[in-house]
This record gives sequence, structure tokens and C-alpha cells, in this order.
Amino acid sequence: MNETTIAGTAAVPAVSAAVADPFVVDGVTLGSRLIMGTGGAPSLDGLGAALVASGTELTTVAMRRYSPAETGSLFQLLVDHHIRVLPNTAGCFTAKDAVLTAELAREALETDWVKLEVIADEHTLLPDAVELVDATEQLVARGFKVFAYTNDDPVLALRLENLGATAVMPLGAPIGTGLGILNPHNIELIVSRASVPVVLDAGIGTASDAALAMELGCDAVLLATAVTRAQNPALMGEAFKHAVIAGRLAKAAGRIPRREHALASSAMEGRAEFL
Amino acid sequence: MNIRLNGSEQTVADGASVSTLVSQLTGRNIGPDGRAADGQKLGVAVARNAEVVPRSQWHATALADGDDVELVTAVQGG
Repeated sequence: MNETTIAGTAAVPAVSAAVADPFVVDGVTLGSRLIMGTGGAPSLDGLGAALVASGTELTTVAMRRYSPAETGSLFQLLVDHHIRVLPNTAGCFTAKDAVLTAELAREALETDWVKLEVIADEHTLLPDAVELVDATEQLVARGFKVFAYTNDDPVLALRLENLGATAVMPLGAPIGTGLGILNPHNIELIVSRASVPVVLDAGIGTASDAALAMELGCDAVLLATAVTRAQNPALMGEAFKHAVIAGRLAKAAGRIPRREHALASSAMEGRAEFL
Repeated sequence: MNIRLNGSEQTVADGASVSTLVSQLTGRNIGPDGRAADGQKLGVAVARNAEVVPRSQWHATALADGDDVELVTAVQGG
């Protein structure tokens, strides 16, 4: 039997590129390119295990009314695991609400970072571009570092960057659908024109979706439901940890071009001839 | 006097400050700088009549009858 010769084996040192390839956002170096959400987890213990397994160093939280019976623990959980907090403005439909929510988050959590989410309606949960632009402008003026959750629209993404967004976070598919990346071409286009970090946010269903996001050139991936509602959240968290690393390495390594027809990797010369 | 706290009617002592209210609700002692006396983070924020009251102002901000107060914290979310 023929052993296949692997063409173009890369030089070994390329592997260590991952180590020297930290994710830097707003001057902060994060050891993982996986940003986790905390929504959808049935228990705090399970959530903690999944977050640790995922290796994430940045995790989103929502701001809601304080209830003496059930609060304190999520915040403490993140503190205990040394996970940085990224408050979001989930549930806001207008720039006005988003700005007020961001201000409350900054006060409560003592961070300028905010995942800006201004949605159009509860059915699609899609970003409302007009309100999003308005809120980004206001928050940047107030000194926030805006991580803008946006549509997979290259024009809008560039607008948000030009308004001063710290990172743009296009959706792969609507929140919670697990449909993966519906428009890879647009994601690639957003990446190719951005000079701020691009984070693929929302729609991720399983590990291969996250790997694809990284292969398309995204700087990081943000997901919640795919882990918190998986049958085994901790195991899925670990799967995503590896998927993000694998995708990043594959992007750096440079994939082979797609071809119409087969290309033998074994040389045709020097074959034995059987008469 | 009566205020609205997180959407429900609440009776508080006349002239109570935001700091007093936060302390009562969280069960934590709060210093004049709006930080917990135990040195741990409080993780809460207050809006009064749709405007954020910075923690540094909690002590000096007296509540008024009819105030609409929202006290929020971090919870699980996308």
C-alpha cells in the first residue's frame, strides 16, 4: 500500500504561534479567544463548571432588578474564577434604554466595557441598526468601550468602528438558534475591512461553527446557549475551547485552495509496473 | 414616605438616603464613599427617576416621596 506523502508540511515553529498570539482588546490581553455568555444555564454550579472547562477569561452578564433572595452569587462566581465581566444591554429596544443600562452596569461592575445590544423585536432578537448606531455614538462619547453586537452587515460594521466601537460583533445567526454562520462571505468581508477586533457573536450551534468563525478570520467567538443548553455543558465548553484554538491555527497556517478536480498527493513517477 | 422600588411600592423612613436603602436591601454596611464596609464589591447600581446615582453620591442623596428607584445587579445573560 502507498503511504501518502503530505505535501507542504509547515515548519514546526509555526505551532508555537498560538502561544505568541494573544487576544488583545482595549489594551487588555486575554488568554482565550472564547468569550462566554452566562444565559440559559439551569444552575450556577453547572455554569461554573462549563466556564472553567471552556477556558474563557471574559464573560457576559445581564443587568436586572436586584432580588435579595437570589443575587450576589453569579458576580461572586466570576470573581472566584478570575473571569472578567462584560455587562450587556440585553432586553433594550432603544438607544435611551441601552445607554441607561450601560451606565448602571458601569456603576455596579466598575467596568467601562459594555456589550451593546439594541434589539428590534422579541421575535427575531435582531439588532436595530438605527438605534445601535445612535447608542454607540452616545456611549463612546460617555467614555464606554463599546463591544457592538451587530448584524452581519459589512457596511454597518464599518460604521460602528468609525463611530469608535472597541470591537464589532456580527451575528452568525439569530440569538439562540444554533444555525451557525449563515453568511460566511459577509463575515469574511467584515474581517477584511476591520481594524478593531471582530467577534462572531450569536447563532453558534456546535464546535465546528466556532472553528469556522476563526477560520474566516474572526478574532474571537462569543456564545452562550450552545454551551449552557448543551446536554453536557462542561464537555461542550471544553469542545469550544479546542475549536477556537483549532480554527485560529488553521487560519494562521493557511488553508489549501479549493479545486474543481482531484489532485494526487502521491507522485505518479516511479510506480511499479505490473505487466 | 412611599417610593417605587423595582416596580413595587415601598415605605421608607422620611429623609432616608439612597445609601440607607441599599444597605437595608443588601444587608451590607455601606461607607460614605458608597462602598461596602467589608471591602468586598457590592455589584449593584441605583437609578433614581431614570438617572443613575453614582455610588459616591448615595450618602448625600436623600430620597423623596414618590421617587422611582431601580436597584440592579448582574445576573445570567447572553
